[in-house]
Order: sequence, then C-alpha cells, then structure tokens
Amino acid sequence: MSGHVVVPVRIYVSVFLALMALTALTTGVAYIDLGRWNTVAALAIAVTKMLLVVLFFMHVKYATGLTRVIIIAGFFWLGIMIALSLSDELTRNWEIVPGPWGTGAIMPFLSRFF
Amino acid sequence: MAETAAHEAHAHPPGFAHQFEDFEQQREAGTLGMWVFLVTEILFFGGMFASYIIYRSLHYPAFEIGSHLLEVKFGALNTAVLICSSLTMAMAIHSAQVGKSKSTIISYLILTMILGALFLAFKFTFEWHRDYVEHIVPGFGFMFRPEWGHNAPQVEMFMCFYFFMTGLHAIHMIVGLGLLTVLTTMTAKGRFSSEYYAPLEISGLYWHFVDIVWIFLFPLLYLIGGRY
Repeated sequence: MSGHVVVPVRIYVSVFLALMALTALTTGVAYIDLGRWNTVAALAIAVTKMLLVVLFFMHVKYATGLTRVIIIAGFFWLGIMIALSLSDELTRNWEIVPGPWGTGAIMPFLSRFF
Repeated sequence: MAETAAHEAHAHPPGFAHQFEDFEQQREAGTLGMWVFLVTEILFFGGMFASYIIYRSLHYPAFEIGSHLLEVKFGALNTAVLICSSLTMAMAIHSAQVGKSKSTIISYLILTMILGALFLAFKFTFEWHRDYVEHIVPGFGFMFRPEWGHNAPQVEMFMCFYFFMTGLHAIHMIVGLGLLTVLTTMTAKGRFSSEYYAPLEISGLYWHFVDIVWIFLFPLLYLIGGRY
C-alpha cells in the first residue's frame, strides 16, 4: 500500500492556518501603497496559497509522477494561452477610444480597413 | 463453465472494479482521471482569466474603479469560509482513510456543505443583491455614475467580468454541493471503507479546485490597484 498515504491531521491544520494567515496578509497588503508591487504581492500570495492546497489538501505531494506530469502540462498550456494572447494584444499599437458597448477599442481600429 | 465458477469464487471486495490489479492501481487510475478533468477546468477558467488580464491591461483605470465597487470585507470573509470548507473536506477523507465511523465522515461532509452554502448565501445576499440595488449589475438596470467619467463603459465591462467569473464559480459550488449530498448518502449506506473511498477522494479534488479558483478571484477582483 505504498500510495495509500494518510496525511496527518497536524499537517492539514498547519496548512489551514497558513492559508488563513495568507488571506489576512493579502487583504492587509492591499491597503498599503506599493505601486505596481501590489499586484505582484497579491499574485505571489495567491500562487503560494494554491501550492499549499494542491500539494497537501489535494495530495499531489504524495501523487505519482504521471499525475504530476498531467498537472504541470495543464498549467503549461494555461501559460501558453495567456502568454500568446498577451503577446498579440500588447504589441499592437491600438488607440484606445472608449465608447458604448460593441464599439470599444476594436471598431475604430477595424474601421481603418473598411 | 469452469471459468465462470472460478470468477464467482474469486469474490471482489466492495467497491473494487475487477479490471484492476489491486486497490492501489484503482486509486491511481481514479486520481489521474480526475486530474485530467481538472486540467480541462483549469483551461476553461483560464480563458476568462486570460481575457481579464488583457482587458485589465488595456483599461486599468476603469478596472480600478470597478474593483472599488466591491466590498473587500465580504470577499475576505468568503475566502475564509471556503478555506474552512476545504479543511473539513480534507478531514472527511482523512476520517474515511483511517476507518473512523460513518457518523464522523458524515459530520465532516455536512459541515463542508454548510460552509459551502454559507459562501453562496453571503454571495447572493451581501454582494449580488446589494449590487442589484445599487444598479451595478450589467443588463439589469446598470447605471453610469458621473464620477466615472469616460471610463464608465469599461467599468461596466469590469462588472461583466465580475459577474461571469464569480457566477461560473458559484455554479461550480452548487455542483459541489450536489456531489456532497450524494457522498453523504453513500457514506450513510456504508459504501466506503478504509480501502475504498475513491468517490470521497475524487470529489475532494473537485472541491479544493473550486477553492483555488476563488483564491485567485479574490485578489484579482477585490484587491486590484489597492485600497489605500
């Protein structure tokens, strides 16, 4: 019964307390002006919380290599989706013209071609 | 004939599917299958997160105004409620693993359901209902406020993101509550043992996944741009 891992209650409670503390921390940090580092801090804390949940509550720390590869592949493709979408959006020199719904930013740009 | 007799003589323990070598292999297959499903869920929610990131980068001031329309205290409260429910879910599985009594497992499952229902109740009453009263629900009498200036249409877009993302999350919570109801019934019928608890383990993965989605939604929707 090698994979029949029973995680001790002590670990569950520690992870729970860490998650609660990080929730308080991320809320607190939002009230301090760190400039663009606010976003970095919020995301870093969220990723830490995610890792705690995935590794301990979801038992990935004790999972087989095959399961881990599937999970890493999932996040890898999520990274590709976000990175390639952003690489398109951020390298276009769009002029942002606020307007009512349906026109927004894209229509003034498209109208140059039609 | 002899084969059938041999198969009948070789009785399976409850919950064991005969195509597997042992419980260990069955558990691994189940966990792997659930993770494959969860990966599709990661990419499903990922599409929303990707579009959120793009539009936030294009309309940052409007997203900041929109974020300030939400109450941090309710977001933080609900985060805490969900983390508690993840702990009780993990404890339900733990109780099954170490062979605790049915009533212990059921207590943890019901506690998880109460916390999940509490999350939804807070969401509907304190947040969505209040948003409706304040006319900041897109499509339901959304009203531009003069102080938003030219950012107003994009503030409405932020609220669309907010309702679609939290709405999709709430639908997943409701599905989770359904799963927990089934699990409670199965536990009461004595279907689980310290050898066989796969439905608990796999539904637990789903429940924790929904928790993780909220762990990202909370900072992205409520805390962006800071509150100072």
